[in-house]
Amino acid sequence: MKSRVLLSDVLRDGSLGLRTRRLRASLSALGIAIGVAAIVGVLGISASSQADLLARLDRLGTNLLTVGPGQHFGGGQAYLPQTAPGMIRRVGPVLRVSATGVVPGMSVFKTDKVPQYQTGGISVRATDLDLPDTLGASVADGVFLNAATARYPAVVLGASVAQYLGITDVRDPIEILIGRRWFTVVGILAPIALAPELDRSVFVGYPAAEQYLGFDGEFTSVYLRTDPAQVTDVQAVLARTASPAHPEEVAVSRPSDALAARAAAQAAYSTLFVGLGAVALLVGGVGIANVMFVSVLERRSEIGLRRALGATRGHIGTQFLAESALLSLLGGAVGVGIGAAVTVGYASTHHWTVVVPAVAVWGGLASALVLGMVAGLYPALRAARLAPVVALRTV
Amino acid sequence: MRTVLELRGVSKRYPGQPPVHALRSVSLRIEAGELLAIVGQSGSGKSTLLHIMGTLERPTSGEARMDGVEVSSMSDRQLSGLRAWRLGFVFQQFFLLDGLPVLDNVANGLLYRALPARERRRRAARALERVGLGHRVGHLPNQLSGGERQRVAIARAIVGEPAVVLADEPTGNLDTASGAAIVALLHQLNEEGTTIAVITHNQEIATSLPRQVELRDGAIVRDAVSS
Repeated sequence: MKSRVLLSDVLRDGSLGLRTRRLRASLSALGIAIGVAAIVGVLGISASSQADLLARLDRLGTNLLTVGPGQHFGGGQAYLPQTAPGMIRRVGPVLRVSATGVVPGMSVFKTDKVPQYQTGGISVRATDLDLPDTLGASVADGVFLNAATARYPAVVLGASVAQYLGITDVRDPIEILIGRRWFTVVGILAPIALAPELDRSVFVGYPAAEQYLGFDGEFTSVYLRTDPAQVTDVQAVLARTASPAHPEEVAVSRPSDALAARAAAQAAYSTLFVGLGAVALLVGGVGIANVMFVSVLERRSEIGLRRALGATRGHIGTQFLAESALLSLLGGAVGVGIGAAVTVGYASTHHWTVVVPAVAVWGGLASALVLGMVAGLYPALRAARLAPVVALRTV
Repeated sequence: MRTVLELRGVSKRYPGQPPVHALRSVSLRIEAGELLAIVGQSGSGKSTLLHIMGTLERPTSGEARMDGVEVSSMSDRQLSGLRAWRLGFVFQQFFLLDGLPVLDNVANGLLYRALPARERRRRAARALERVGLGHRVGHLPNQLSGGERQRVAIARAIVGEPAVVLADEPTGNLDTASGAAIVALLHQLNEEGTTIAVITHNQEIATSLPRQVELRDGAIVRDAVSS
């Protein structure tokens, strides 16, 4: 003659209070739902964005290095020695080197009617012909310079410049004014993720720059690709290689570091929001504890009845604990749904692959479950300790 | 005759200033198959007596025996088992769960025996037939009249075929006609073999039952069998 209850009945009875008081149940589960949605959403969005950044890094390669003149020891702009590209090319793991040089004092216009001081911040660069290959840059329209066009007044526009000048294609020949000379636009580059400074440049060949613009052949930046396994080794020796006499005047950078730093920064940023979500979750837990206390008070006669039907103290406690856990889990499940939906929505507007980390889903559900049990523990104990006669007396 | 429930010199004192003597050395024996009334004014101690008989409360002194076994020293868990298997309760306020259909409310009478739900429902349907509510199984309690609700509660008390059914003022919340119908139902169930003790303050109901135990100020003043 033992008093026993089936697990399925514990769950059914645990959900009974929720089914009969739906509005209250949904309102009290809302706190948990918001908390879990915030956590899942933040983790999902940051994971999707990181996945996107990492995919872009993969595509762009992390083996691009740039070498440019740094600051002179006494202040002022330093110069790269003319031997730099050749010296760098001789470093073993270096696969490909392209150099560009800014033609000083040049301004670029679409028409000669614009006053000379409105330069639009466009720089004119004399460039090696393999620059797009080194950078992984693609041509949005037309072609890049070749050995023939490098000798003529032909120009390729960076993406931002094309946008600034309002040139979208090169089907009809367009001429722009560089300095006092008209150049024909032969191509437009797509944006270059690893060297955004080049988007604001126009490119001409070395011979043309010397012949038409008075370029002195001074390199201002060298772009190079190395063996991916030896990037840091190459990075370490680049300054001395480029300028053996004044290595301190050479600035070496790895553009992919900026993207990687952005991914890391986002992770740090999302930690903050996960923290805020956790606070919301905690507040939701307090709300559940509150509702469970009210529920125990209201259902004293049900507790008395169940004791009369043969429930032990443990059965009563378990029932209310199950109710609290189910309520919280319900909120958690809704929260995971909302968080995932927010992630899908946000990621698709940014054209990212949707990544909802499994740890966020399971973590969200598990934390809701644990929180519900903790929140329901004391109310459940109160219910269990209620003497049957006392419970039956109250109507 | 087999004794199902026996009290020997049971007293119950509630602490306070001054302490309340709810029961003073009450001895009572209920045989299998009996239908008796425990009658008394309010404050006579009859509810306390019912609680002690139902193992919902422990006596301050004296013995309570269920099927000949002393229960006062049993643990909460053991007493719960006793209630689940050997006792049925009917309350003045019915205590039906509003969210559950009538059938499930009755099936709850077997909840703490860990029977499969299908078996509980099968037996609940049979109990509802016995109380004349076979046509109401799918209704919710708040769709029923007071008399019908009390019938559901009675079905819940008898569904497990307990050794004794304890009914606490079962007609207290009902009009005269419904109350009479409930008393008639108790008679019918008793004839079918159920042992029933009815706690009431209503002399008329008490005298309609075969045996009356009258309580006054916590003591039995009369224990008579009607002819």
